[in-house]
Amino acid sequence: MDFDEFSPWLSRETDSVYVINFWATWCAPCVREIPAFEQLHATYADSGVKVLLVSLDTPAQVENRVIPFIERMDIQSQVLLLDDPISNRWIPLVSEEWSGAIPATVIYSRDFRGFYEREFKFEELEAIVKPLIRDL
Amino acid sequence: MKKLFSVLSLLFLALTVSAQGYSVGDVATDFRLLNVDGSYVSMADYEDARGIVLIFSCNHCPYVVAYEDRMIELHNEYAPKGFPVIAINPNDTIAEPRDSYTKMIERAREKNFPFDYVIDADQEIYPQYGATRTPHVFLLERVDDEFVVAYIGAIDDNYRDAAQVEERYLANAIDALLAGERPDPEFTRAIGCTIKVRN
Repeated sequence: MDFDEFSPWLSRETDSVYVINFWATWCAPCVREIPAFEQLHATYADSGVKVLLVSLDTPAQVENRVIPFIERMDIQSQVLLLDDPISNRWIPLVSEEWSGAIPATVIYSRDFRGFYEREFKFEELEAIVKPLIRDL
Repeated sequence: MKKLFSVLSLLFLALTVSAQGYSVGDVATDFRLLNVDGSYVSMADYEDARGIVLIFSCNHCPYVVAYEDRMIELHNEYAPKGFPVIAINPNDTIAEPRDSYTKMIERAREKNFPFDYVIDADQEIYPQYGATRTPHVFLLERVDDEFVVAYIGAIDDNYRDAAQVEERYLANAIDALLAGERPDPEFTRAIGCTIKVRN
């Protein structure tokens, strides 16, 4: 999908906590932190946390890299492919703070919005997400 | 105590500066970094340059690889006009062995880079510029004996396919300087690989 198709994911008005991670199979720190997002999904999906892994791989890499990666890692979180090469247009729409380096992650709920251009460990994600969960 | 306090505030100032990096109009620091030909390179060595196209770059990043041929073309087009490319590898080579100095030499030979390709081995230069990714361009214009930041950002608007490019941000910015005008835009963004530091 291109950015216009993807953009509704950045501003859903529900009671969920959205954790949107931008990654690519060629990005070593991204691949390293995928298990942390998977663990977040496994631990908090039932509590209303939606983890979305947005791949920036090229369409040519989907068959030979992205799908095998998803299968090998047995990824349970939702994965989207964002294919929109004119990134200067859409990077600031994700966050004005984003220089464009990946990994990068947006975490938001009704009352909170955070942007992180960094690599995460599970405990660090949990520390941000847990206080945002309602009725926990 | 007073001394300690001033040291601390200086340290704080340094940290603040390094976190933010340069904006357009700031004077850019020079450096003395090891080039793939074994020599040390400083911007001051480019005595006839009207500016420098400084590109934080590396070997391994697919976004850099996608741009290597365009970097070569930019150098060949603009070095004769006074704007040579210098590529700087800011990555820690333990964290990313594919960006080691010897691998840089190999890559420079394979691609026959016409520009200098130096290594920020102590990782002291890229934080001052505020580079966050590769590729990350800082176009510098010589003003008297200093280099002033004139444009920060991407090379163009389509990493994947040079034929699909609609806006050559960097080339347009250099053309603007050559015409005595200010680049517009003077800041763009692009997806790139994070700069690798040791954990």
